[in-house]
Amino acid sequence: MQTTSPSSAADAARRAAWMRVLALAEPQALARAVQALGPLPAHHTLRPPESGMAMVRARSGGTGAQFNLGELSVTRCAVTLDGGTMGVGYVPGRERGHAEQAAVLDALLQHDEWHDRIQAEVIAPLARAHAERASHRARVAAQTQVEFFTMVRGED
Amino acid sequence: MTQAQPLPFGTPPAPGFADAVTRSQQVFRAALQALAHPGSLQPLDGGCGVPPGLSPGMTAMLLALADVDAPVWLPPGVDDAVRQFLRFHCGCPLVDEPSRARFAAVPAGHEAPALDRCHPGDPAYPDTSTTLLLEVESLDDGAAVTLAGPGIATQRPLRVAGLPADFWAQWRANHRIFPLGVDVFLVQGNRLCGLPRTVLAEG
Repeated sequence: MQTTSPSSAADAARRAAWMRVLALAEPQALARAVQALGPLPAHHTLRPPESGMAMVRARSGGTGAQFNLGELSVTRCAVTLDGGTMGVGYVPGRERGHAEQAAVLDALLQHDEWHDRIQAEVIAPLARAHAERASHRARVAAQTQVEFFTMVRGED
Repeated sequence: MTQAQPLPFGTPPAPGFADAVTRSQQVFRAALQALAHPGSLQPLDGGCGVPPGLSPGMTAMLLALADVDAPVWLPPGVDDAVRQFLRFHCGCPLVDEPSRARFAAVPAGHEAPALDRCHPGDPAYPDTSTTLLLEVESLDDGAAVTLAGPGIATQRPLRVAGLPADFWAQWRANHRIFPLGVDVFLVQGNRLCGLPRTVLAEG
């Protein structure tokens, strides 16, 4: 197990950020982006894509008691590159290809020669697309918002 | 986005079974055969990556048997790569006491726990006992013992080298507490020999 020195915690946070983008990406958009990268180095499958379920837990209001919100199907995959780097993909849904591509990109992102290119050509556009989807959903939801006013009765 | 690469996320574990369903069923079948015919040698065709310090047979057995409901005990001093391998592929809890484990795996070169340190099972559930996986030097030479009991028509000879010195004395004590007791698998390279608690050993 690795130590949690400040630098490795920062590395882990950076890795978590790109893994989040890869997981939240639309599978087709990710597949197109990977195709556009051209030939990628060979990888070996350490754990073939497999689907399972994860319990999503939440707190009411963000601060209340924890409760089980519901189960989410999750697909995970782990690959290694020839250099010995392990890439891991955990994605929502049951798209095996999505999990595998996320794992391969996670491994490549740990390498100098690929990191900047993948950040610029894959991660940044996918993160933008996700932010747009989220803000679109928020705007649609905002239209349905109802304001309730309580008339103050003149109690004397 | 400049950073020192590669990032310090450790070395990956060895790969598991290439075809997990088929392979683990084959290994499980070999383990059943080994217990049904005590003292016979069953081939274990691994087909998996092997972490440093384990034999291919032991690795295959652990991949097939250990899971999230089956805690595994490893002797202190076993390579961390083995623990990482088991956590990654089996998701099994690793415990500090052989009596709390469903499987106690002893790779070559490590001291085996005494049989009475393992869990003998509960009178209502004798199947909850610890199963000991012992890696031995050889299943062809060494001191000869004669096995008898269920699964053996008359008698079956067994030669094992690399067992703890008083293993067969412990085994007789283990046999006396039937229906409780510990079952043992002897592993060497790609071969497996089963010793269920019902077996009588003489010699």
